[in-house]
Amino acid sequence: MAQRRDSPELPDFFLLKRLARDQLIYLLEQLPGKKDLFIEADLMSPLDRIANVSTLKEHEVDKLYKVEHKPIVSTSDQLCFLIRPRIQTVKWICDVANADKAAGKFRRYKIIFTPQKFYACEAVLEEQGIYGDVTTDEWPFYLLPLDDDIISLELPEFFRDNFLAGNQRWVRTVGSALHLLHSLYGPFCKVYGIGRCSKMAYESWRNQIEEEEQKPRKAEIGNVFLIDRDVDYVTPLCSQVVYEGLVDDVFRIKCGCVEFGPDVTSSDKSLKVMLNSQDKVFSEIRNEHFSNVFGFLSQKARNLQIAYDKRRGMDIKQMKAFVSEELKGLKQEHRLLSLHIGACESIMKKKTKQDFQELLKTEHSLLEGFEIRECISYMEEHISRQVSMIESLRLLCLLSITENGLLPKDYRSLKTQYLQSYGVDHLLTFSNLRQLGLLVEQQTGETLTVMESKVGKLVNDRTAGKLTDAFSSLAKKSNFRALSRKLNLVPKSDEEYDLRVPRDMAYIFSGAYIPLSCKLIEQVLERDGWTGLEEVSRLLNGHEFAVSGSNRADSRTKTDAQRVILVMFLGGCTFSEISALRFLGREKGYKFIVVTTAITNSSRLMEALLGNQV
Amino acid sequence: MSFITACWNPLGDAFYWRTEVYDMSWSIRDALRDGLVVAAPYGGPIAVLSSPQRRSPSSRPQLDIYSASGVSISSFPWKSGPVVQLGWTVSDELLCVQEDGSVLIYDLFGSFKRHFSMGQEVVQSQVLEAKVFHSPYGTGVAIVTGSSRFTLATNIEELKLRRLPEVPGLQGKPSCWVVLSQDRQTKVLLSTGPELFILDNTSCTAVCPPGLSPQAGSVIHMAASISYKYLSVFTDSGRLWTGTSNLQEKLSEVDTKRTATPTQMVWCRRPQSQQPSVVLLWDRLLMVVGSCGDTIQFPVENPCVLVGELDSVRIISSTNQEFLQEVPLVCQDIFKIASMAPGALLLEAHREYEKSSQKADEYLREIKEQKMLGEAVRQCVEAAGHEFDTDTQKSLMRAASFGKCFLTDFSPDHFVNTCRELRVLNAVRDPAVGMPLTHTQFKQLTLQVLIDRLVYRRFYPLAIEICRYLKIPDYQGVSRVLKHWASCKVQQKDLSDEAIAQAVCVKVGDSPGVSYSDIAAKAYECGRPELAIKLLDFEARSGEQVPLLLKMKRSQLALSKAVESGDTDLVYTVVTHLKNEMNRGDFFMTLRNQPVALSLYRQFCKLQELDTLKDLYNQDDDHQELANYYITASYREKRLEGRLSLLQSAVDEYNKAKNEFAAKVTEDEMKLLRFQRKLDDEKGAGLQGLSLQATMEALLLLGLHKQAEQLYKDFRVPDKRYWWLKLRCLAEKEEWDELEKFSRSKKSPIGYLPFVEVCMKSNNKFEARKYVSKVMLEQKVKAHLTVGDLEGAADAAIERRNDAEMGVVLSRCSASDRLLIDRLNRARAAIAKK
Repeated sequence: MAQRRDSPELPDFFLLKRLARDQLIYLLEQLPGKKDLFIEADLMSPLDRIANVSTLKEHEVDKLYKVEHKPIVSTSDQLCFLIRPRIQTVKWICDVANADKAAGKFRRYKIIFTPQKFYACEAVLEEQGIYGDVTTDEWPFYLLPLDDDIISLELPEFFRDNFLAGNQRWVRTVGSALHLLHSLYGPFCKVYGIGRCSKMAYESWRNQIEEEEQKPRKAEIGNVFLIDRDVDYVTPLCSQVVYEGLVDDVFRIKCGCVEFGPDVTSSDKSLKVMLNSQDKVFSEIRNEHFSNVFGFLSQKARNLQIAYDKRRGMDIKQMKAFVSEELKGLKQEHRLLSLHIGACESIMKKKTKQDFQELLKTEHSLLEGFEIRECISYMEEHISRQVSMIESLRLLCLLSITENGLLPKDYRSLKTQYLQSYGVDHLLTFSNLRQLGLLVEQQTGETLTVMESKVGKLVNDRTAGKLTDAFSSLAKKSNFRALSRKLNLVPKSDEEYDLRVPRDMAYIFSGAYIPLSCKLIEQVLERDGWTGLEEVSRLLNGHEFAVSGSNRADSRTKTDAQRVILVMFLGGCTFSEISALRFLGREKGYKFIVVTTAITNSSRLMEALLGNQV
Repeated sequence: MSFITACWNPLGDAFYWRTEVYDMSWSIRDALRDGLVVAAPYGGPIAVLSSPQRRSPSSRPQLDIYSASGVSISSFPWKSGPVVQLGWTVSDELLCVQEDGSVLIYDLFGSFKRHFSMGQEVVQSQVLEAKVFHSPYGTGVAIVTGSSRFTLATNIEELKLRRLPEVPGLQGKPSCWVVLSQDRQTKVLLSTGPELFILDNTSCTAVCPPGLSPQAGSVIHMAASISYKYLSVFTDSGRLWTGTSNLQEKLSEVDTKRTATPTQMVWCRRPQSQQPSVVLLWDRLLMVVGSCGDTIQFPVENPCVLVGELDSVRIISSTNQEFLQEVPLVCQDIFKIASMAPGALLLEAHREYEKSSQKADEYLREIKEQKMLGEAVRQCVEAAGHEFDTDTQKSLMRAASFGKCFLTDFSPDHFVNTCRELRVLNAVRDPAVGMPLTHTQFKQLTLQVLIDRLVYRRFYPLAIEICRYLKIPDYQGVSRVLKHWASCKVQQKDLSDEAIAQAVCVKVGDSPGVSYSDIAAKAYECGRPELAIKLLDFEARSGEQVPLLLKMKRSQLALSKAVESGDTDLVYTVVTHLKNEMNRGDFFMTLRNQPVALSLYRQFCKLQELDTLKDLYNQDDDHQELANYYITASYREKRLEGRLSLLQSAVDEYNKAKNEFAAKVTEDEMKLLRFQRKLDDEKGAGLQGLSLQATMEALLLLGLHKQAEQLYKDFRVPDKRYWWLKLRCLAEKEEWDELEKFSRSKKSPIGYLPFVEVCMKSNNKFEARKYVSKVMLEQKVKAHLTVGDLEGAADAAIERRNDAEMGVVLSRCSASDRLLIDRLNRARAAIAKK
């Protein structure tokens, strides 16, 4: 897919890595001498992208351990903990310190919280009586560039904390991340957004700017779009069929890196592979619909063969040049190609069976709103056959959200089936899903009026908490069908959709659905605000905003920077959405930079909402 | 201009001038003679305590504070004990050293700030004499007590009392003493009459000024210069010795021919002094003694007080105030009669120019010939800086500006800066303000301090004006002044809260660096909580409001402000605070009204205090959540009984929450648990904790079909799911006979295709074929294909006359199946015809 010639340059995010590394080194040097470093498990991969083991060793880190919430075996007299601000981890450190105390062992402890520390963590230290024994620091490592155009905060817990538990502790973190981007690549010209959390993050960021002086700089990023995940749950709940998304669904990409098992590498070893634009093969297929990928790869293989074949009939001199210049590149390409072909085969084995086709068909029916009964029986069968706990749950949610709730009869029977199959503890899961409005019972007209009269009474009772609960369950009403009509999200199905030549963002879902999140972004950018989208934003429960920044002067002339748009997903985004935005960028001459609290997909979304976990 | 030199008095090769700066606007007479009068250096305020020794309670002494120009700043009766000495601190606070050794500190406006004591033992022995002194470490106090002991405090801000060693042979107070600050040590030099001693922290050493004539007699007065570098000593034979204060070097020794003890003796010198001098004051005579031995004598009519400055001496009398200083060299050069210095010529040139006389050109040419024009301009500018008279300033600056025109690459900075500074100086010298600062003093004092002093004196508009005029960044300038102003404003008792809040808001607006919460804190300190709250409303950063609100015990408000700030840490701080402060019920009620805080606290409780969480739900009558809580707890519980009882609690709560569905499901779970327990006990099946489905699966795999069947019936498991399950289990165990029996037990609710598929999954084609015939027509083709029977598939497809299915079969055919392909193609053609 060719670039438009006038598309602007992306800013260089290497700076973010260097900044983070320097800050970490500075913090490590605050504890001079040899020390053992304990790293929170889910910080391992992000840390690896910033500073490798030898860098750490250079700064007197002796041994590296993973935080495992078990007694430790270190013999060092200085322990450094690099952790997320989580109470469980802090408690574990307290246990370690107290155990040392009991054993009469003296050590120095330093806790580095990243990206920031929370009062609650310090309260735990105090409560456990080791506040005085540890020093604490913050490593403001907010942003990890995963690729040229993807930056992640690597905070998967953001989603559950913010949307389920209603704990807004990460909002300020997001504000700070935005502030960092603003100070390095801004000033931003215009900020759009939708969602409660986006608005709060925006305000947090504004407050942070106000506290400091502004230096005039040349902006590299012009506009910003903030969007809450709960604005669009439909998109992440759909099966991904674009290559990168599919790889994520099947193999799980972790921090820009995927581990291909023996079935892919066709050897007995697993292999970790970085998936980004450096991978020349991957970068060409990542945004392609899966049905095109195999053809593309075989074409590529043929080309490679031709390149290899050039050898024949070369004289010594030419051969020398070939070996020194081309061979390495070709070999590299060869290796990558065989990996991706392996991955494709593995995916095909898993996904091209009848089951997957039927699954997609069901999803598409749900999106279109046709043959709902068939879909429900499909789901029943899905549960009966015990296909997958997460997958069944996902389908139930997709059904509920597209149909604006399940009929009471279906709701009960499906839930019973599910609970019998996967255990009663999922009562909590259902309770979570209900709270988010992801899986609810349809409100009949009658129950609505009852609800309203209840609300009326509650006002007199002045029980404000309940009132908000009542309202929020009313407000959580999904309006997918209406939104779909308004924004034309589901293209007419009678036309043939050529996936080789995508005509709109729907290609990422085989032409069946344009992702709501991306469509919103397209519309708002086109209209330079929310005018004309009043009905849409009403259906999305409001909280939309569009604010012009400080450098209003050059907003009239469309500079290059203004076509560089930073899209921030609060609560995670999927690779499919990123692919859709890349497509949109190519069509309209924008460059999108996606910043997300974490990369998500349907499984991660569901797993985050499982009950019986804290 | 010639009269400028009229008040110059020659002293050696230098000149001293004496000029009046103010007509004092006060009306005091005897106080200067009888009272305690102390004026702060750098043109600071003057404190006057009339008759300090008067002890009768009927007539209390009066303490007056004046500006340097004699404008009264405050006045109040002295109600505390007898005062020995007064002194000013570097930040314009008044120190009053009392006889009992306590030191009271007042601000300029006579309000008491704080006090400290010079030691417990002083209460007994009483302070005989005290001195307030300034050093690089701040303002210090030194006393000598009735027991002839000295005590020092070098910096009253960080009070550390030092008792100095005893002086041998000293009875009562010494005849005279001075405090010296040398080599980072504070020492006392004292005279017992015949002998001189230096007292430092540890020792008392007898010393003698070098070169002091043996017949000079005993020392009766001493004075150190402002920098403590020089010392002057006056003896009872009328001899004045000057030298360095480390007593290493003698500068001069002059016979004053007066033996009476002078009332005051002050150094008068300036940086780069040519002829430093000591000024001595007796009742009727003021004598300036130069180091060359020359003297100038002035008769004194009114009682007066000398104030030593960095570059001059101020002479304050009841009627006026005069400056006595050495004429700066540059002024001498310009104004000396018949001076040919470039500056003098330039001034003359300009004067001629103004008269439109061509002589201007001659003068200019003369300067230019000597290539001294730059020097001339510099001299004029510098001399202007030293001048007090605005006309002289102007004529010098005009001359400089005129000279500047003929220079090409001359930096204007010096000229411009001096212009600005002179404007500022003239403004603060105005009698209404009354700070007679010289340019040299101003440079030493720095602008920052000058603004501070204006602020202490509450000259807010002037201070702001100066900040703006000198373009000081807001943070250090205007904002700082406004902050002080606002803090002062909130203390005005006569204004209503509303009026003050309004006034503050209008003035301060949103100036950067002014924190409304600081102002509010001040208001709260002054006992005006309502005003504090009003002021806090103006604070844009809600986070800043919280600490003060908590201090003011406005916890609810603090909580909502914290929530508003979006800073969860802040919310959490308040929540913790509330938790400790309130009783549980109120605490929960407060949280209920703040959903954000509530969810934050809930999440914390989930990790830290599960019981509190339960109480929270209980309080809210949130039965649904309470039930969920019990469910969660049940999974933590290992023992079955405990688990069952928790689940029973959950059932009860679900019922209360009218969630019959969940109650039913939970009851089922309890039933299942009991069932599992029974089987575990009987058969050791290891079922505990499995889901219904998993239990059935385990039972089937164990071959316990009857029990599985029982669960299937008891829990009304849908047929389809049970069939799928049993089918898979049987296939997995490869019990093909059992499977066949099962297939015949009744009509399969899931059809027979799955039978074919599970068999094929175990690669058992033989078994699979058995079921193909049973498969529904619609799925027959697929079934045949699954077992790999192309012909059967083709037959079925042709029978069903289904084009699509034929296509599927065709696609599976390989080239060797010629016959089949032909047949299918024919059939397709036949359908197509129809």
